[in-house]
Amino acid sequence: MDHRPQAWGRPRDDVYGAYDASYLQANGPNQHTQSPIVTGTSVVAMKFKDGVVMAADNLASYGSLARFTDVKRIRTFADTSIIGFGGDVSDMQYLDRHLTELGIDEAYQSEAGHTLNARNLHKYLSNLLYNRRSKFDPLWNHLLVAGLDEESRPFLAAADLLGTTFTSPSLATGFGGMLAQPIMRRYVPDEAAVAGVSRDQAVEVIRECMKVLFYRDARSLDSYSLAIVTKDGVELRENEKLEQQSWAFADRIKGYGTQTV
Amino acid sequence: MAMFSQNPVLNGPNYSFAEVPKDAVDGLREHRFNPYTDNGGSTLAIAGADFAIMAGDTRLTSGYSINTRYAPKVFKIGGTTSSQDDANLLLSVVGYAADGEALQERLDAICKMYRYRHGKPMSVSACAKRLSTIMYQKRFFPYYVYAILGGLDEDGRGAVYSYDPVGSFEREQCRAGGAAASLIMPFLDNQVNFKNQYVPGTGVGHELKERERLPLPRNEVEVLVKDAFDSAVERHIEVGDGLQIMIITKDGIEEKVLPLKRD
Repeated sequence: MDHRPQAWGRPRDDVYGAYDASYLQANGPNQHTQSPIVTGTSVVAMKFKDGVVMAADNLASYGSLARFTDVKRIRTFADTSIIGFGGDVSDMQYLDRHLTELGIDEAYQSEAGHTLNARNLHKYLSNLLYNRRSKFDPLWNHLLVAGLDEESRPFLAAADLLGTTFTSPSLATGFGGMLAQPIMRRYVPDEAAVAGVSRDQAVEVIRECMKVLFYRDARSLDSYSLAIVTKDGVELRENEKLEQQSWAFADRIKGYGTQTV
Repeated sequence: MAMFSQNPVLNGPNYSFAEVPKDAVDGLREHRFNPYTDNGGSTLAIAGADFAIMAGDTRLTSGYSINTRYAPKVFKIGGTTSSQDDANLLLSVVGYAADGEALQERLDAICKMYRYRHGKPMSVSACAKRLSTIMYQKRFFPYYVYAILGGLDEDGRGAVYSYDPVGSFEREQCRAGGAAASLIMPFLDNQVNFKNQYVPGTGVGHELKERERLPLPRNEVEVLVKDAFDSAVERHIEVGDGLQIMIITKDGIEEKVLPLKRD
């Protein structure tokens, strides 16, 4: 009988056969995140004349399983910026803790309060992601950062797990890049068009995008978070519901379940 | 007796699980993170008698998706401040955008330090060698970018230095880089270096005299750049949206952005 602590609580070899302990990482090389496990799907965002609107649903999937249905994927930073997370949820939670700490440190740094605007925050996060990819230990996320820049103009930029960064009047991660971006680009094809979009219009467009994503993205949910950032601060609503859905198109499409042929 | 069969004292060291866990249950399974990607786009640089022109499209892609229609690829390098008003060098980077940005920021920081320490801007030839060193330092985990450095040399002539991802470099009259390099470079060979151009009536076969190579005037070069990109846009899906052009002369750097097809 093996009485060593390593064997406690394990099925006995002589009764159940050799125990497969391959998942136990007692020693051996460190394992970096090689692929995401629990994931969040698209984040969508677009600029309007005095700020940015962003939305992401509240689902964290485990492969094709809708595992956690109340995970908030948009967080605020310093009440002046917002960050939307797509990709691995545990890496998101790591970044969330990291940003909370950064926010506290920054708040103590200067008497005038926060010094980091959305552009600074985006630079910080993209450098963090680029550093981690250079160590072959990536944070498996695609982020959207929104807020106002140093001249109080609307700011929206993306950063991904490879450290690639870009900005555009409208941005979307994951499936949103294919389904939501074409809709948003109709309203803000270029930077000049941003001045002609009102807050209500932008919110309307974002809600429409979330609906289209729910229709076609199998890893999405009808409950979502919506954030609006302007010079007056951040308005974050975390329990929005999709309204006025119409599945009328579905009965003409094979695979939606109503046809028998 | 079976229950004692695992006794380390009796049968030697055997336990209910392996001391060192195996990596995978079913044989070899390799899954590596790929730290690189290609963000498309194309760049182009031409040196003239008293100017250098650097151009790049402003599309940034990943796969078949357009991430943004305005992501500049040509940067001013070595100014005193972040506004780069007094910059004397131009750098274009194309390939993997994150590496491109990292390289651009590093070279800019180095040129700024040089200016601070020596009280004068870095010369284009010095910066060219320094850039090569920076890139070769990452020989075994390279910056995945095709870089082109432009400026004016000590005699005020246009200078263009082109690089491969590990830092091999060469001074040239012109160079195209990136996704549509293979489309643009032959056009440049013919139109800038006058390759396969002969003076009519100077003989037959090898007797034919090559057209004399002279630096092109600025207005002709600008048209050449626009034509090169218009053609590249037509045939390459990763090129388009906007054309960013920077022209460096003794009076400073001019920048303009022209529209390209957005399809």
